[in-house]
Amino acid sequence: MRVQRLLTKSGSSIPTDEVDLSLIEPLINKYKGKKGNLIPLLQGVQAIYGYIPRSAFERLSDETGLKLSDMYGVATFYAQFRLSPVGKHIIKVCHGTACHVQGADSISMALKEALKVNDGETTPDKLFTLETVACLGCCSLAPVMMIDEETYGKLTGSSAVKIVKEIKIKETQVKGD
Amino acid sequence: MAETKVIVGLGSCGIAAGANKVYNKLKALKEADNLDFELTKTSCIGMCFREPLVEVVDENGSMIYGDVDEAKAIEIIQQHVLGHNPIKEYVVKTDLFSTPDQSYFEGQVKIALRNCGYIDPENIHEYEARGGYQALRKIAHESISPEQIIQTIIDSGLRGRGGGGFPTGMKWRFARANQSDEKYIICNADEGDPGAFMDRSLLEGDPHAVIEGMIIGAYAIGATEGVIYCRAEYPLAIKRLNIALAQAREHGYLGKNIMGIQGFNLDIYIKEGAGAFVCGEETALMASIEGKRGMPSKRPPFPAEKGLWQKPSNINNVETFANVPYIVANGAESYNKYGTEKSKGTKVFALTGKIKHGGLVEVPMGTPLRDIIYKLGGGIQNDKKFKAVQLGGPSGGCIPEHLLDIQVDYEQVTATGAIMGSGGMVVMDETTCMVDVARFFLDFTQKESCGKCTFCRIGTKRMLEILTRITEGEGQEGDIEKLEELALQVRESSLCGLGQTAPNPVLTTIKYFRHEYEAHIRDKKCPAHSCKKLLTYEIDPNKCTGCTVCAVKCPVKAIDGERKKVHHINQEICIKCGDCYNNCRFDAITKS
Ligand SMILES: Cc1cc2nc3c(=O)[nH]c(=O)nc-3n(C[C@H](O)[C@H](O)[C@H](O)COP(=O)(O)O)c2cc1C
Ligand code: SF4
Ligand code: SF4
Ligand code: FES
Ligand code: FES
Repeated sequence: MRVQRLLTKSGSSIPTDEVDLSLIEPLINKYKGKKGNLIPLLQGVQAIYGYIPRSAFERLSDETGLKLSDMYGVATFYAQFRLSPVGKHIIKVCHGTACHVQGADSISMALKEALKVNDGETTPDKLFTLETVACLGCCSLAPVMMIDEETYGKLTGSSAVKIVKEIKIKETQVKGD
Repeated sequence: MAETKVIVGLGSCGIAAGANKVYNKLKALKEADNLDFELTKTSCIGMCFREPLVEVVDENGSMIYGDVDEAKAIEIIQQHVLGHNPIKEYVVKTDLFSTPDQSYFEGQVKIALRNCGYIDPENIHEYEARGGYQALRKIAHESISPEQIIQTIIDSGLRGRGGGGFPTGMKWRFARANQSDEKYIICNADEGDPGAFMDRSLLEGDPHAVIEGMIIGAYAIGATEGVIYCRAEYPLAIKRLNIALAQAREHGYLGKNIMGIQGFNLDIYIKEGAGAFVCGEETALMASIEGKRGMPSKRPPFPAEKGLWQKPSNINNVETFANVPYIVANGAESYNKYGTEKSKGTKVFALTGKIKHGGLVEVPMGTPLRDIIYKLGGGIQNDKKFKAVQLGGPSGGCIPEHLLDIQVDYEQVTATGAIMGSGGMVVMDETTCMVDVARFFLDFTQKESCGKCTFCRIGTKRMLEILTRITEGEGQEGDIEKLEELALQVRESSLCGLGQTAPNPVLTTIKYFRHEYEAHIRDKKCPAHSCKKLLTYEIDPNKCTGCTVCAVKCPVKAIDGERKKVHHINQEICIKCGDCYNNCRFDAITKS
């Protein structure tokens, strides 16, 4: 069922990060008092922080009068919303039908092994979050994954791992400079 | 003035295949030497299996090049554009000579996709140049009444392309009959079926066709506002829709007294989905627009009476709307001359899976399934044996070989136990396990159930547990019967289509592939060698040459062995990905 997936995903406690709440002021001004604004507000918040921080829920509620329970109810219903911070790069492995029959399971498994995380989790170095999605609309290139905005097709377990490793190497080089 | 046009296919899948790089290369070449050709873009041409695609149009006609990379792009410019010497072996489509891929287009009739791949979707003039907004103009100039429009749509036989197949004109008539100060026209662009991309391609390739269809629908039912509910996973579609909406406003196709029709006011806005399959269901979709959890509600009241914000509303699918301007401009007969007795017109399908020519096709209703798969689709990849084709996604079913001669229309597809659905066609070969396919879909519906109905919530979960244990070799006698019993209960006791149709993938695979279930349960074998728990990869010491390829390819380092010595797979670590098997050149790896 939809609601369960987020509860299992986000683990035991919801982090209370320090975030700069002034960033969401323009968003609040844009949507305040408009009907049907709840989802666009949450989407906007997530676009800013990569997830929806607890303090942002509270600020939204204070300023727009939306009920916390309604917001949380919606945030846990839709797969798009995250309640915990994500890594710098989000890897979305497609598990749509076409990708499934072309071996998407092996891609996910190889990546889980390589990154030592499960679906929905973030690596300890906060570089990668591994997720699954249903159909990225490039079925003729199946199996497919998307890292940030870039789509990679015709994958094998080893080529997927290689792509991720290359990003990782780049990141560590940047740090080393 | 440039006479030669070079057009790059920049749909999502083209971009994924590297079309942006090709476009940038062409642009750099053009700018570096100030070359005399016009560079533009289009979207999905339908030949997704040959992406990236580049079309060259000159005084001789059009040629589409396939599998273009930066190197080929340079060749095309030098030889074709500058040297007027086309590189025939790279051409995948042209009217000038025959190509190996031309069978892909034989039998296709493009109505919904009439502009996809032919126009720059971000340029309203290109849409207008191909007859765009003519239907709307005709309504204004000839003072066609809303009732006449509805009658034309009824006469055309157009049925909803979102899966249900309800006659569109009838639906509009109901919505028109309900008086209200506010009325909504909604476009369902949620495209939830995982493995289908008809609507995405339409929105990316011809957004104005969908918008014009909505404007005509709004006129017919008397709507005051329009909403497009689009999957958030389709950023390019959303971007192009926004551009198109702005252009439509600028050109007076949206706004007040549209096209001079007094009192016809309409604006359309986009609402992004947030990732929930059930929101494709119309009542859930409207709840989601209102900012609530997307849970279906009981009908009646139907949306035509009480829909969005409790006002009369009409909801149609993307492809349904895309057909409307064509029908209004060309008359009902131009559409209903195609098709079968009860299923008129054409249907777009996304051909995917183990098919040679994966892509987007549009064929008249009633086209034999076999022709779609073997003529257009070119048959099965690597010339493996066909096993089944899945239609209708999580609500549909698998159609086996012996039914391939059915004609694809609503009636004949439903008779197989599958459904027409929105147009996803996933082809499966002998290496696809049908129990696993059923498990895959149940896993999907189980996760996507909104949880409102007990049977949908818990019944699908129990079914998934049984299917999972069968695929893991833990199946028991009686499991098949249990699945059938649960299937009937879930079907009967669920409120919305999600629950009602969730058992279809299980029931059709049991019906046509019962022996595969039995092999898993009784012999603990997966006949397709697909279920990982029932599968072992081993290295044959007599054939292994110690070339190390498998060890290099293995993503989890499960293979050890020294160069030129026999290698060995550590079964504890192996994730059964098959990479070693697929890469060994000495046939030394066995799968059992
Ligand atoms: C679970 C579920 C998911 C659905 N998903 C979609 C969808 O993604 N796109 C769509 O157009 N219709 C979908 N539908 C069908 C819609 O409820 C509705 O019938 C359709 O949008 C009506 O448009 P049409 O008459 O033009 O087909 C879905 C229905 C159910 C029960
Ligand atoms: S059938 Fe399933 S998805 Fe539909 S309303 Fe009931 S619980 Fe929700
Ligand atoms: S099947 Fe995959 S994981 Fe197993 S040994 Fe071969 S390459 Fe490695
Ligand atoms: S199923 Fe993976 S891109 Fe469509
Ligand atoms: S031809 Fe590119 S998406 Fe189909």
